[in-house]
Amino acid sequence: MSELSVNHLLGIKYLKEKDIQLIFETADHFKEVINRPIKKVPSLRDITIANLFFENSTRTKLSFELAEKRLSADVINFSSGQSSVKKGETLIDTVNNILSMKVDMVVMRHPNPGAGVFLSKHINASIINAGDGAHEHPTQALLDSYSIREKLGDVAGKKVVIVGDILHSRVALSNIFALQLQGAQVMVCGPKTLLPKFINELGVKVETNLLKALNWCDVANMLRVQNERMDISYFPSTREYTQQFGVNKELLDSLDKEITIMHPGPINRGVEITSDVADSKQSIILDQVQNGVAIRMAAIYLLASKIKQ
Amino acid sequence: MSQKVLLNAKEVNIILHRLACQLIEKHTDFSNTVLIGLQPRGIFLADRLAKILEEDYKVKDIQLGHLDITFYRDDFRRGDKTLEANTTKINFLVEGKDIVFIDDVLYTGRSIRAALTAIQSFGRPNEIELLTLIDRRFSRHLPIQPDYRGRQVDVINNERVKVNWKEYDNEDSVYLIEK
Repeated sequence: MSELSVNHLLGIKYLKEKDIQLIFETADHFKEVINRPIKKVPSLRDITIANLFFENSTRTKLSFELAEKRLSADVINFSSGQSSVKKGETLIDTVNNILSMKVDMVVMRHPNPGAGVFLSKHINASIINAGDGAHEHPTQALLDSYSIREKLGDVAGKKVVIVGDILHSRVALSNIFALQLQGAQVMVCGPKTLLPKFINELGVKVETNLLKALNWCDVANMLRVQNERMDISYFPSTREYTQQFGVNKELLDSLDKEITIMHPGPINRGVEITSDVADSKQSIILDQVQNGVAIRMAAIYLLASKIKQ
Repeated sequence: MSQKVLLNAKEVNIILHRLACQLIEKHTDFSNTVLIGLQPRGIFLADRLAKILEEDYKVKDIQLGHLDITFYRDDFRRGDKTLEANTTKINFLVEGKDIVFIDDVLYTGRSIRAALTAIQSFGRPNEIELLTLIDRRFSRHLPIQPDYRGRQVDVINNERVKVNWKEYDNEDSVYLIEK
């Protein structure tokens, strides 16, 4: 049996294609497990995992915690809002204090890009990046690709457009890496102000006309407008953004093919996509959420198997 | 590495029919019985027994499943390699059923211990029995014994029993392999 080529899941950039396939194959088995009457396996009963969330999160945190508990790991949770970080404690001190409680694995979300990489050089525990600033969100990209594979049979050869706020999105960057690694063609589409200056260097197509992008693609991954990350005004108004980059049922019906709609959540209903699109049969948004647990179980299981007793 | 034939195809065939008859004696019409082959190699034995029961002994509607125990093993992270999962296929309820676990070789008993835990995820069976083609006695780590056994063998520690199946290995045979 092959194993992961990495000891941490810091970003898709550090993975090989065979790592992704191994995670997918393992996730297939966990999907079967989580559809059983009893959705729990005892594999990680001797592993303790700390979920360190230095930034707000609902679904990622819940998804990780559920994945950990379904593997029977012991779980401790930390949110910076109620912690000594507010008193000026450094990241390494915070983590080392937690690790001294015999923690084996750390799942960390942090507002600063590279926080996971930095930490991996200073501590022994296995680290999973649950989002670091606008850098990477590897498990989200994995579950997105997994959901495309589930819906369309394969990722290779598919055309995927990522729509919206590319500039502030860690989901976009991880998705670009993951999709390209698996042989998909990737396009980004959004207002010019929300497209990074050197995006072309990543080998993606760039489009500012949503209709053209939708006509090209098999899958549209709609990103959330991240108002909280925007320190200046990147587009005139939400209303104008929706008119130019929002997807509604009328627009989808005007295409001469049926495309798959994805969204990493949380959705600003009526902004990126309308409710009738989010809830349509073309949307796989809820499949993404369900697949997230299986993918995270697989990633945690495979990384934990490298922690030797 | 040397190897010795423990059972040839004809002997395997005789044993399979005997085991099938023993199952019929106990379970009669199999209306409340399910056969569950343990992954990875118990499934070949389970599939073969189900086929014999249906074709040679005209038992109807045998319920047959495959159970993977990878995530329930107690040696996770003790070996050099990541444990590879196999497919679990149980398309029926096990609640209240009489289950027969089927595996090719019974060695330490740890796989069966894991299977006993794993099956609980599918409900609470009425009774669980164990059928095994080869029983390596004197090798047990746990107090687990088969209810139906094909052949009991005494094997010293540096020897391995390898069961081959026609569908997968091109022949029905059992070898004793000295490592």
